[in-house]
Amino acid sequence: MSQDLLNFIFIGGSFGLYIYIAFSSRASSTKEYYTAGGGVSPFANGMATAADWMSAATFISMAGTVAISGYDGSRFLMGWTGGFVLLTVLMVPYLRKFGKPTVPDFIGDRFYSKVARGVAVVCAIFICMTYIMGQMRGVGVVFSQLFGISIQSGVLVGASIVFVYAGLGGMKGITYTQVAQYCVMAFAYTIPAIFISIALTNNFIPQLGLIGDYNAAGPAVPFLEKLNKINTDLGFSEFTSGRLDTINMFCITAALMCGTAGLPHVIVRFFTVKNVASVRRSACWTLGFIAVIYLTAPTIGSFSRVNLITQLEDRSYADVPQWFLEFEATGQMAWVDKNDDGKIQYFGPGKSESNTNTVFVGAGPMYPGTDTPADQLVGKHGERLLANRADETNPNELWFGNDIMVMANPQMAGLPMWVIALLMAGCIAAALSTAAGLLLVLSTSISHDLMKKIIKPSLTDREEVNYARAASFIALAVAAYFGINPPSAFIAKTVAFAFGLAASSFFPTLLIGIFSKRMNKQGAIAGMLCGITFTIGYIIYFQFLGGSSAEYLWGITPEGIGFVGMIINFVVSFLVSSLTAPPPTYIQEMVVNIHVPGSDTATLSMGGEESEGETRDGVGGEGI
Amino acid sequence: MPESSPGESGDSLTPNANKASAHEHKRYFRSSLVVIAWLLPVWFLVSYGCGILFREWLDANAPKIGNAPFGFWMAQQGSIICFVILLIVYAVWMKRLDDKFSQVEKI
Repeated sequence: MSQDLLNFIFIGGSFGLYIYIAFSSRASSTKEYYTAGGGVSPFANGMATAADWMSAATFISMAGTVAISGYDGSRFLMGWTGGFVLLTVLMVPYLRKFGKPTVPDFIGDRFYSKVARGVAVVCAIFICMTYIMGQMRGVGVVFSQLFGISIQSGVLVGASIVFVYAGLGGMKGITYTQVAQYCVMAFAYTIPAIFISIALTNNFIPQLGLIGDYNAAGPAVPFLEKLNKINTDLGFSEFTSGRLDTINMFCITAALMCGTAGLPHVIVRFFTVKNVASVRRSACWTLGFIAVIYLTAPTIGSFSRVNLITQLEDRSYADVPQWFLEFEATGQMAWVDKNDDGKIQYFGPGKSESNTNTVFVGAGPMYPGTDTPADQLVGKHGERLLANRADETNPNELWFGNDIMVMANPQMAGLPMWVIALLMAGCIAAALSTAAGLLLVLSTSISHDLMKKIIKPSLTDREEVNYARAASFIALAVAAYFGINPPSAFIAKTVAFAFGLAASSFFPTLLIGIFSKRMNKQGAIAGMLCGITFTIGYIIYFQFLGGSSAEYLWGITPEGIGFVGMIINFVVSFLVSSLTAPPPTYIQEMVVNIHVPGSDTATLSMGGEESEGETRDGVGGEGI
Repeated sequence: MPESSPGESGDSLTPNANKASAHEHKRYFRSSLVVIAWLLPVWFLVSYGCGILFREWLDANAPKIGNAPFGFWMAQQGSIICFVILLIVYAVWMKRLDDKFSQVEKI
């Protein structure tokens, strides 16, 4: 049985399952569309949230980042799990008590202002868009690898699939589909890791293999020591030390953590369970399921680095493994024979005077068009030639995208074909589940918060859902465009910006909104605007307008600037609030009430008593 | 005490009960802030403390986990395990508070 056939069986089978689930649990009302009716069990919701959370970026890119940067990759590992502690302890129980289905809804009501609601909608759109872009890119990488097509066509195929089942199914369909997707992802991620761990370290638990001995060739040596030696021999910094300075490590981790706690699509997940106690249990399950993948990621990263280097370094192109040729064909690996010896050399920045290891000039590989003569397409050793000029300041000859580490992993380790097929299915599940969840939040923000609550309150349920579907189509088209022309070279980085935006806008505003009675609308609006404007400005200036790294504020990279944006938000909020009048009494009472799960005055329950919720909405809200 | 009985009549019972429950609510909220005040420092210590700020010192001086330096292991594995434990502690602790103050949420 060929690899292609196996891929088709696994992916086709999983697709059939998702579509069956999405179809049999599709939403019939706005409530089911937005929050699945509010009756999902904590266990199932935990699994669905974990699938929602684990994006293509996590699945494909995170292990690759750890493989490239070793210790530095920990910022993603800690940032994307630690945020859940903040989220659970400080946010969701209270937001769930308040009982509004979207984040802009909470902000609009708590700060009794349409302007606040509008600003929140804009922030939500920015955050989700940035995040979906990363997902679309991920979908593209997977499909291009799978069918041997270009990333552009991969993005388009992925976008159309996401639209069909997320736009139509709503939260209810998505939640149950995500339960299935989590299972696929967990198996797809851990099984290759187990195989590779056995091969390299003789230990069938990868996490123990990582701290165990390397047994694959020669006498046993501690695995991490072996990896450090490989790295330093080739001119990289030690795997366990990393290169990033402490302030950036701190800021980026903090931005990711606070961003996690402010991401609208994660917060919304906890509205699908019954009550506050279930929210807490559900959060435990969520983090537990996420931890399964996050504890495996660093092992995959370090194992695959050893495999990659032992298989490619100093090998002549004539006998490179088959997988190298495949990745070369799709443009995700490239070899430039700088010293003309027909062998692949891979070096770190430490091996050159210029302290770089860029293979060629330019951000990514470019290839000559198909009408160029054959001798410009294929080099004398048979390699695919690039249109980029070689960077002769350093001896490094091997280029590869970080995003391929996980995908190439089973092939590098020579695993059976069905494992590779399973991995493909897992990658697609990861991308689809997150893109679907985000798309839902984005379309809800537009249909519910913008159309229904601000522009046209007379919308009926049915019209509202139709607006949501139309909005998700437009959002997806924009995301697909940026997936094809990504603003940043690799997925995890694009996604990190989304977290910066969330950390600087929603996190502080929600936190103050929940815990401070005194905060008024002027403070919240000013804080959100200053935080997100500062962060977006900083990112755009350094990412698109060519600001150099010498101009960084205290040396903080755009990835970590969300942390500074967050502090600005806090400071501005309190400053402006202390200079203006305190909020009305009923708002202050409302804040006191959301602190206690059993108090009934502010319980806008979501499970069945729609009419009661609506009247209270009128009392506590802005009187639409 | 016959003179106090008119005061305890049905009319004034509701505000008193409200006041009592408001007081209970305040105590509940204060207790939940205590929970947060215990958990967040631990959260900070295992992630930022062990994984970032004191990593180099811990790598050099603390006992290794298997073959991995302590700070590195905390950053890549240990902190995540601690996060899960923290959330379990939070859920159990808050459940006990709920029971103590009989905070049964209306569904």
